[in-house]
Amino acid sequence: MSIKVYIPRDSAACSVGADQVAMHIAVEAARRGADIQIIRNGSRGMHWLEPLVEVETTAGRIAYGPVRPEDVSELFDCNFLYGGQHHLLHGLTEALPWLQQQERLTFARVGITDPVSLQDYIAHDGYRGLRRALEMAPEAIVQEVTDSGLRGRGGAAFPTGIKWKTVLGCEADQKYIVCNADEGDSGTFSDRMVMEGDPYVLIEGMTIAALAVGATKGYIYLRSEYPDALITLNDAIDRANSAGYLGNDILGSGRQFQLEVRRAAGAYVCGEETSLLESLEGKRGLVRFKPPLPAIEGLFGKPTVVNNVISLASVPIILDKGAAYYRDYGMGRSRGTLPIQLAGNIKHGGLIEKAFGITLRELLYDFGGGSASGRPIRAVQVGGPLGSYLPESQFDTPLDYEKFSEIWAVLGHGGIVAFDDTVDMAKMARYAFEFCAIESCGKCTPCRIGSTRGVEVMDKIIAGKQPVKHIELVRDLSDTMLNGSLCALGGMTPYPVLSALNHFPEDFGIEAAQSAA
Amino acid sequence: MKARSTQNIEHHIDRYRAVEGGLLPLLHAIQDDLGYIPQDSYAIIGKALNLSVAEVHGVVSFYHHFRTSAPGRHILQLCRAESCQAMGATALEHEAKSCLGIDFHQTTADGAITLEPVYCLGNCSLSPSVMLDEQVHGRVTSEKLNALIQAARSSE
Ligand SMILES: Cc1cc2nc3c(=O)[nH]c(=O)nc-3n(C[C@H](O)[C@H](O)[C@H](O)COP(=O)(O)O)c2cc1C
Ligand code: SF4
Ligand code: FES
Repeated sequence: MSIKVYIPRDSAACSVGADQVAMHIAVEAARRGADIQIIRNGSRGMHWLEPLVEVETTAGRIAYGPVRPEDVSELFDCNFLYGGQHHLLHGLTEALPWLQQQERLTFARVGITDPVSLQDYIAHDGYRGLRRALEMAPEAIVQEVTDSGLRGRGGAAFPTGIKWKTVLGCEADQKYIVCNADEGDSGTFSDRMVMEGDPYVLIEGMTIAALAVGATKGYIYLRSEYPDALITLNDAIDRANSAGYLGNDILGSGRQFQLEVRRAAGAYVCGEETSLLESLEGKRGLVRFKPPLPAIEGLFGKPTVVNNVISLASVPIILDKGAAYYRDYGMGRSRGTLPIQLAGNIKHGGLIEKAFGITLRELLYDFGGGSASGRPIRAVQVGGPLGSYLPESQFDTPLDYEKFSEIWAVLGHGGIVAFDDTVDMAKMARYAFEFCAIESCGKCTPCRIGSTRGVEVMDKIIAGKQPVKHIELVRDLSDTMLNGSLCALGGMTPYPVLSALNHFPEDFGIEAAQSAA
Repeated sequence: MKARSTQNIEHHIDRYRAVEGGLLPLLHAIQDDLGYIPQDSYAIIGKALNLSVAEVHGVVSFYHHFRTSAPGRHILQLCRAESCQAMGATALEHEAKSCLGIDFHQTTADGAITLEPVYCLGNCSLSPSVMLDEQVHGRVTSEKLNALIQAARSSE
């Protein structure tokens, strides 16, 4: 029998040469007459080891990485197909501490299976949640999701079950499930990893959502920067349709659900749910006033569930193993697990799925191994471009929505970006305003004008011109944006700005004592 | 517009005119095909989708992804977002601009490369990242960037 060799097709792995490595391994195997079967899996999330090549042995899968094309011939010489010794050998993949210390529920299959193989998906417990949901009343499905404690992973952390209940309660001839796959936050890639590495779990989650609320049509709004995810999703949707998991008669139940991927077009604000709906309708992505809630008047004016990729991809395991199983992970009102993304200046970056409650310090040092540069980590930004910067003194904060809000920070979509001590926090504050100015939808003045003013004022501060006076101005501007913006783009840009100022006043040319508002 | 482009655009319009919220998929199809969205196509697009020329213009100009003039043979997108900044993206950006002799949104004189900023490629654990056409590259050093630029310049 041929030996199975796993080489990720995930775009992170391919960004450092996985395709070339796969080609070299295929050619070298043919040349040496070795009988192998190459499987292009998702990524295990240990991105510093990518391209991570695994070979299946009787003891389990054995990992080598990071493998470069020029290592391939030597790996064959060292008998890597049988787990042979080599300086890139890490032993059994499953035994690596980075993976062992995780709780992979949503990411249970990512990196393990062939992403587009339905057979693999089903062999690894896929579609069990849907089968159970098909036996349940809509209200019971919604109740199960509510009881799991799942809160939206897109940023706002709104309870998913409650949102679904609203949509279920609406009378309408048409309802929609919309998956928010716009993943615009710097430092985040968990949505991408699911879509590229286990697309069926998202498809299953959306199908269960459709059964729960009575929707028959779904859209995945996918950012245009993810061309690989587009291919994988479309491939998986085609296969699910052919096999009867999607379409007019789901598994013979008589229920229908049509699913389609729509490409976004490079506007960050279109990740905001109402802007997203405008965009799906073919319009400019201007944020809508709320109410009405999208749950009541959403896409084309119809009741619509808008959920993040990870929220939806967490539903199948909740339906399969029950609400209590999921709820038993976590702390406080943050239940279940969070796929955390470790990025920026970090030695071991990647995907860590853990129950809520782990601290930043554990993530940065135990998992991350400290900075990539070897210098001290001075600041981390959590929750994307609208998230606060945290100094070392806050690294013991546990990942929990409420604990973060106590220190005027957010978890957002779970991205953590580390900076070493060469960072200039005044420049990061300037960038936060700049980003807001570039991405503002323009509907409200505090955001549209305030962000541009903010850039100008930060330029003066950076140039050392009257910092005390100009910092006063930054605070005033931030106040106006916080209180007068329609959505969180304008309304939360002050988070990175003011947290940088409050925690790192020395970068703004003033003493800590002068920074107090 | 060249006759061929008009024909292609009409073909795309036929495909998307009845699709709900079809304007964005239509614009994508046109840009995928021609490399940009010709401004003199707004009238036929508008007519088919029951929109004014101003409305079509409004949509095209709202989205960073859409362009209204022909790009170079290759598009090089440099990530400017925080994670890549933490790993030296700003220096890389300066280097790319001076090596190519252009600023963002411009095309090199030889028509080889159009340079664009991008705000995250979802490759932040391997920052700094760039995207050349549809391929993301991670852990980009200045040597790697130069090699990518050279390869793009010498290819069709
Ligand atoms: C400017 C802005 C950008 C956003 N971007 C995203 C995004 O890329 N992905 C996402 O899921 N939610 C994003 N959100 C949050 C959405 O508005 C919304 O809360 C979310 O899609 C709801 O899904 P959830 O409850 O499953 O999190 C963004 C919000 C704002 C204000
Ligand atoms: S805060 Fe900014 S992005 Fe949000 S609605 Fe207002 S102008 Fe648009
Ligand atoms: S910030 Fe550059 S890839 Fe995400």
